[in-house]
Amino acid sequence: MATGQMAMDLGRRERLGEQAATAETYARLVWRRFRRHRLAVIGGSVAVFLSLVAVLAPWLAPYRPEQISLADRWGVPSRTHPFGTDELGRDVISRAMYAGRISLSVGYLSALGVAVVGTVAGVAAGYYGGLTDSVLMRVVDILLSVPTIPLYLIMAALLPGGGVARIIFIFVLFGWTGVSRLVRSQVLSLRQQDFVEAARALGASELRIMLRHLVPNAMAPIIVATTLAVGGFILGESALSYLGLGIQPPTPSWGNMLQRAQEYVLNASWLALFPGVLIFITVLSFNFLGDGLRDALDPRLNV
Amino acid sequence: MQRFLLQRAIQSAVVLLGLSVLLFTLLVYTPGDPVELLAQANPEVQPEDVQRLRQYYGLDDPLIIRYLKWLRAVAHGDLGYSRTYSLPVRTLIGQRLGNTLLLVGTAFLIALVVGSAIGIYSALHQYSPADYGFTVFSFLGLAMPNFWQGIVLILIFAVWIPLFPAGGMTTPGVAPGWPMAWDRLWHLVLPVAVLATSGMASWTRYVRSSMLEVIRQDYVRTARAKGLPERRIVRRHALRNALLPVITLVALSIPGVLNGAVLTETVFSWPGMGLLLFQAVLGHDFNVAMAVLLFLALVTVGANLLADVAYAVVDPRIRYG
Repeated sequence: MATGQMAMDLGRRERLGEQAATAETYARLVWRRFRRHRLAVIGGSVAVFLSLVAVLAPWLAPYRPEQISLADRWGVPSRTHPFGTDELGRDVISRAMYAGRISLSVGYLSALGVAVVGTVAGVAAGYYGGLTDSVLMRVVDILLSVPTIPLYLIMAALLPGGGVARIIFIFVLFGWTGVSRLVRSQVLSLRQQDFVEAARALGASELRIMLRHLVPNAMAPIIVATTLAVGGFILGESALSYLGLGIQPPTPSWGNMLQRAQEYVLNASWLALFPGVLIFITVLSFNFLGDGLRDALDPRLNV
Repeated sequence: MQRFLLQRAIQSAVVLLGLSVLLFTLLVYTPGDPVELLAQANPEVQPEDVQRLRQYYGLDDPLIIRYLKWLRAVAHGDLGYSRTYSLPVRTLIGQRLGNTLLLVGTAFLIALVVGSAIGIYSALHQYSPADYGFTVFSFLGLAMPNFWQGIVLILIFAVWIPLFPAGGMTTPGVAPGWPMAWDRLWHLVLPVAVLATSGMASWTRYVRSSMLEVIRQDYVRTARAKGLPERRIVRRHALRNALLPVITLVALSIPGVLNGAVLTETVFSWPGMGLLLFQAVLGHDFNVAMAVLLFLALVTVGANLLADVAYAVVDPRIRYG
């Protein structure tokens, strides 16, 4: 198999030229290493599946999520209502699908926002050094010295409302610090290297050096941290919404479906279980995926 | 070393001061100040009373003046008065601190000891079925929402099999002495289980990877080559070095533990600082929220400072300044 692989690579190299061939083999190497990580492949598949269900919720959900039917209140899971019905007779599986749209959007968009803000701050701190670095890193120190949930609580009280954008804003505001530290340390070591010096000597602008030389080379840890952050923010959303300070009903999110879970425990346990299981499976999938990506992209990485 | 210490202490003080400015600003702009709430609650309050009260409490002063006044009071040990409890914040925190320490401390110790033991075992038996099982377990522990795990435990161990209480910290009317201590312990089981799970999961992973790194080192190979018994190699050569980073990680894990405490205390109505903070934020109890937040930050920053010092003391390779 190894020789066959090599022969294929050689053939390809002739066709595509040296440059493209190395790029191709890196992508392929990553894919091969990723595929070996069975849990990561499963995690990735589950994440894709859940995201698809969320996107297709309007077509897949058997009922409208807000459709109240007082005659069907507190229905135990059955063939017509696989996850049962809640205190207003709403179909829980339909609500869970729509809730997935909200919870996954919060996870994806917050992670993306954190990646962008963290990268910008990290590159600025690492590249310019000096005062920029000191100021940014002191801000990071300050934000990292208080636990996040209390900060979220205050921000949630400060910004009334219960929408998705508000939660994402809060998460990004306090969440970029980790990525910025990662990127900064990458940039600090990259900045010294010859290819950056060469680019500078050739007259490349600062922006070009950052975007073409520094950021792409720091991409591996950014991708891994962002993947893991998706799960983290889904957990954050669920906690805030459970406490009643996140996404406000009637819009369903996995977290706010659990808001009254402590009452449900006594006589409607399915209502306390299903949303939690979904959060659990989703976060687990993203964590496996992130772990697999770390091993595949750069085994030496320690995010 | 002394210079390093001084530098780190100053840095920590600056961080705390910066944080207090940030938190104060955020809380000041939170809608619903005390006078406004009073006026809403009591229709007898006239607009001129509102004006007088606002002036009395200095609510219309510029932000910086209010902050400096607050800072001066705190420096004199005056944390203010709680709106909802009608008690000095100091008294309130004094009542709650012990409860949180009991809960968090117990969970943290269990997590650290059990998690490290599992981590060491996993590393020494890498790729064994047990290692695989523990790794999966640690992933499960980290992915489970803290509060939901609490709800599931309540469902199983308080509703289906009524072994433990579903919340609170004491049963009313229990005789003091041993019965009371026993009762406290009984209430402690479920919340500690929740807090310890996620902690255990992360300690397992940290210690496992740290141990794996160390047992590949040359000095471990040398010890083996000398023909030392395996026990001695593990204890004297590998473990000592593998546990060094744990000192730093203990400090770094503090914010996460406190996050867990806020949620766990809320789920189990455990009368600690976390529950206090949550209720203070909901009830616009500014002084309480500020004091608890600063306390949490103080613990975190203090732990980091302590970790740096401890690291320098324990690891002779590290010499600051």
